[in-house]
Amino acid sequence: MENLINIFIKSIFIDNMVFAYFLGMCSFLAVSKTVKTSMGLGIAVVFVLGITVPVDYLLNKYILESGALTWFDSSFANVDLSFLSFIMFIAVIASMVQLVEMIVEKFAPALYSTLGIFLPLIAVNCAILGGSLFMQERGYNTLAEATTYGLGSGIGWLLAIVGISAIREKIRYSNIPAPLRGLGITFIVTGLMGIAFMSFMGIKL
Amino acid sequence: MSDKEPLFSAKNRKLLTNPLSAENPITVQVLGICSALAITAKLEPAIVMSLSVMAVTALANVIVSLLRNTIPSRIRIIVQLVVVAALVIVVDQVLKAFAYNVSKQLSVFVGLIITNCIIMGRLEAFALGNKPWPAFLDGIGNGAGYGVILIIVAFFRELLGSGTLYGFHVIPKVLYDMGYQNNGLMILPPMALITLGIIIWVHRSRNKGLIESN
Repeated sequence: MENLINIFIKSIFIDNMVFAYFLGMCSFLAVSKTVKTSMGLGIAVVFVLGITVPVDYLLNKYILESGALTWFDSSFANVDLSFLSFIMFIAVIASMVQLVEMIVEKFAPALYSTLGIFLPLIAVNCAILGGSLFMQERGYNTLAEATTYGLGSGIGWLLAIVGISAIREKIRYSNIPAPLRGLGITFIVTGLMGIAFMSFMGIKL
Repeated sequence: MSDKEPLFSAKNRKLLTNPLSAENPITVQVLGICSALAITAKLEPAIVMSLSVMAVTALANVIVSLLRNTIPSRIRIIVQLVVVAALVIVVDQVLKAFAYNVSKQLSVFVGLIITNCIIMGRLEAFALGNKPWPAFLDGIGNGAGYGVILIIVAFFRELLGSGTLYGFHVIPKVLYDMGYQNNGLMILPPMALITLGIIIWVHRSRNKGLIESN
């Protein structure tokens, strides 16, 4: 249990998807205009990460890893399918996103129209594929660990996007040089937030 | 519109040149930021990355454009991702065969081309509704627009961060003797964001039409 809490905290603050690895920037920048929409997208990301990371964990453990197919037949002990992991992971992610898209369209049409093109783009949100690849690279041992990691990094992403959108809502009232308005200042603010979050990097739990 | 239209008609040339500045994928359409930040600490990986992205965007655009009338719209994302993932695996293998050192430097980020929003964004916005040849030009154009920004960012970060360009030292020794030091902060990821912010600033002050209202 202590281990799980450790992974959870670490994936939210220390290994934050946006500020430590700069993953998922595209939708981060484009949807963060108001707190409400960014909350919606953030929850969608938490949901998708929370599902795809454990599914990809099982996929990796029982199909892709070197010697993973031994549960099927001992003659497969030398088979290593890890070169297929990109395409397998992305297939799982894409089908999950399609599912979320249908659910949101059916139950929250207002949110669906505000998210626009960025809902299908969750499929190509680097944070989602990045989550699965980091899970594979760091070799989490149990399903619980992988799920915790997925949820934690999703929440970290949610935190980042809600933070930046709150800043953007306020910054609208300040006097910024015209060419820097909108995207430019958002980049610079994100950079400064990133520098601030780098202070978490030295912490070891 | 018709088949008799010349290959490089004015409309088609626009497809190629627009993304370089007025519709730049990074600074205007806000696509493909993630990889732009991660690999721009040095010039060489940035150039290889831009070429790979250009190749994948162009080919994926052509393939999806050929398939556009047969893909049911409900499952289009999966079809597009499979096409892109297959192309990225090819690019990855080619890089490993012919440019092994760079491919080692790029490591994960070759895989992350799959999730580069430029490719997906162009497939959704352009290839699904256009013929293969304009789609090809659009892919090349957007790949190039991405590359231009990547190379500019990498140029400044490598020059100021490590005092080299493409691996060669360009800051004269005299300056170091006078007390000049490389700015280590430029190597760190946050500075990529700030550099990009400044590029957007410069770009928009030259193109007044792009200035946002709020």
